[in-house]
Amino acid sequence: MTATAPARRVPEAGPDSGKPAAGGRLRPRFIERIRRGGLPYLLLLPAVIAELLIHIVPMFFGILISFKNLTLFYIHHWNSAPWAGFDNYKTAVKIHQPIGQELLHSFWVTLSYTLLSVGASWLLGIAAAILLQDKFRGRGLIRTVFLVPYALPAYAALITWTFMFQQDTGLVNHVLHDQLHITSDKSFWLIGQNSFWSMVIVSVWKSWPFAFLALMAGLQNVPRELYEAAAMDGAGVWQQIRKITLPALRPVNQVIVLVLFLWTFNDFNTPFVMFGQNPPRQADLISIHIYQSSFINWNFGSGSAMSVLLLLFLLVVTAIYLLVTSRGRSESDV
Amino acid sequence: MRTSTSSRLLAATALVAALGLTLAACGGGGDDDSKGSGGGGKSGDSLSGQTITYWASNQGTSIDADKKTLAAETAKFTQQTGIKVKVEVIGWADLLNRILAAATSGQGPDVLNIGNTWSASLQATGALMPWDDAAFQTIGGKDRFAPAAIASAGAAGQDPAAVPLYSMAYGLYYNKKMFADAGIANPPTTWDELVTDATKLTKDGKYGLAVEGANGAENIHHVFVLAKQRGANWFDDQGKPTFTGPQQVAAVKQYVDFIAKDKVAAKGDAEYDQNQTITDFATGKAAMMMWQSAAPAIKSHGMTQDQYGVVPVPTLTAGATGDAGVTSMVAGINIAIFKDTSHKEAAEAFVKFMTSTDEQKALNGTYGSIPPVVEAQSDPAFQTPDLKVLASVLQKSAAPLPQVAHESEFENLVGPAVKSLFADAAAGKAVTDDSVKAALTKAQQQMPQ
Repeated sequence: MTATAPARRVPEAGPDSGKPAAGGRLRPRFIERIRRGGLPYLLLLPAVIAELLIHIVPMFFGILISFKNLTLFYIHHWNSAPWAGFDNYKTAVKIHQPIGQELLHSFWVTLSYTLLSVGASWLLGIAAAILLQDKFRGRGLIRTVFLVPYALPAYAALITWTFMFQQDTGLVNHVLHDQLHITSDKSFWLIGQNSFWSMVIVSVWKSWPFAFLALMAGLQNVPRELYEAAAMDGAGVWQQIRKITLPALRPVNQVIVLVLFLWTFNDFNTPFVMFGQNPPRQADLISIHIYQSSFINWNFGSGSAMSVLLLLFLLVVTAIYLLVTSRGRSESDV
Repeated sequence: MRTSTSSRLLAATALVAALGLTLAACGGGGDDDSKGSGGGGKSGDSLSGQTITYWASNQGTSIDADKKTLAAETAKFTQQTGIKVKVEVIGWADLLNRILAAATSGQGPDVLNIGNTWSASLQATGALMPWDDAAFQTIGGKDRFAPAAIASAGAAGQDPAAVPLYSMAYGLYYNKKMFADAGIANPPTTWDELVTDATKLTKDGKYGLAVEGANGAENIHHVFVLAKQRGANWFDDQGKPTFTGPQQVAAVKQYVDFIAKDKVAAKGDAEYDQNQTITDFATGKAAMMMWQSAAPAIKSHGMTQDQYGVVPVPTLTAGATGDAGVTSMVAGINIAIFKDTSHKEAAEAFVKFMTSTDEQKALNGTYGSIPPVVEAQSDPAFQTPDLKVLASVLQKSAAPLPQVAHESEFENLVGPAVKSLFADAAAGKAVTDDSVKAALTKAQQQMPQ
């Protein structure tokens, strides 16, 4: 209904609007106008509506709520919640107060988690993509197997990992302790310091096939002749990778590193499925920290303020990243 | 090229803005319409023919099982009153979020179940209908219910936000054969006895006790009782948190020491949060556990009722009374009416039906809980040895968790703090008065001031 409304209004806005007699002349002109420039926008309309409803409007309300003191006392009449000004933001950034301190702790945990996960995923992805570049028997099968983690439903895979990490009956301890005797005691993977590492391992397992897939596609565009010419000039494998493969993959790398960074930084599923709504402090990722502030402590104002801060941080990081990498790229292009 | 791009951009922006306005107008109209049709019509009509929505919590072995149970029961209600009931059984992981969303939007069920520990928090939102004396009269009066159950239906001094539906209490479950094999004649009545017995029972890969260390809610229920036995509460009369008192520290330390110092519970229990405690108990891996209304779950693991016994949870000294004699929180489920309902009378009729003596017998009998309606408790279904003990605990030695608005933050901060202390204990780190106090201090500092 909404999609057709503007289209009907357009002729009314014209100089002849409202005169039925003009209808006959108007229609061809209107169709002509649509044909000239309006049609693409008309076709974009459903996407624009969806974008508004799914992203823009909720985001606007999220920002609005961050300036309100929206606690459990007001959620039933949330529009009557008192304005809080910048109080929610002040509470979040006061790093010497408990709430700010915990948010900062959560930020550092998330940053370490993201850097480790993205770094390892990229390394594994590029190594596998290069190794599978040359044709050999079974290459298709290995490629398929490598993509399995990417194809599995996240929840099912995460629950399986959680079973594997259990201290008493988990597969990980069975292999490390019972069979290989590497650890003197059965380690805890889901509580304490190790919970951070188990989360990183799962995240890398989940993300690296994406890096692998994108880099493999990128490698298809590197002409074989370049390698052959380099080999004739006496370049070894490492030199070929450094001088040909990596520069050629630069545009692909720029995108996958950014996308992986954003996905991992905002990751909610991994800690939530592995640890529930109260993860160990060592694995307190920022997305779940914000969820707790909002939905468990019922302080939606504070949770929204933290979300807006997270959004700002990611926007700044993205802008700087794109600026730096694009500049580097255009220089190298010259 | 550039001008064409910028003019397109401009056109697109204008279109988006126009759309935004159109949508806003549409949205406003839609709201008005829905309020118009929802609010009118029904008032003045007879109740028969109305349809109400009921959000039920998951009480049985599965959501499907609950759906069947409730479909059969609500069919009786429809037959009696002509009111149709649309039942939706919601899992515990989603229930509170669904209620919060309903409270925010005003679009929710007519009748709903809530965990009784949420009563005061949800009461503070103003989303639930207060049960004043007049409202209680429509369901037969407040006196029909056990006082402890009523006390856990909202903050003291205010009209309850809900009506008790199912009650449960904690008991100490013990494995009769393991006790006999270890030469222990009677189950423990004091904590010292429990540790002594549990030490005897801890051998050959089996443990005296199982605890659900990573489950925040379980941790809260136990440290609440242990602090209460020392005469301490987690909130003062003004509703301010008092997490760091010496009694509270001692309560938490005693609970964590089952793994840390006494070593009568397995280190692995520190990561239990999926009811593995019941599995360990029912499979003979642990000789004792403190749990609420566990009979159906134990049975599902193949342990029969004659293989285990239930007694009240121990106290510091034998035969303690008053606060020192508290052995359980008042656990249970309450039924509430959503304040925004446009079918208030039909909703009250449904609550009356669900809390009627016959329905209380039927539903609590199915779910293994105890009826909060006193009259229903005498039914033979609730005279099994374990339920008799738990009913007596509810009557004599159970206290409601703090009924304050910030109870949910208490659970969310202290529960994980205890979990983290268990993790320290499991990793072999020392758990001292100082480390417990530090953890509780940090939790208290994050409470809303």
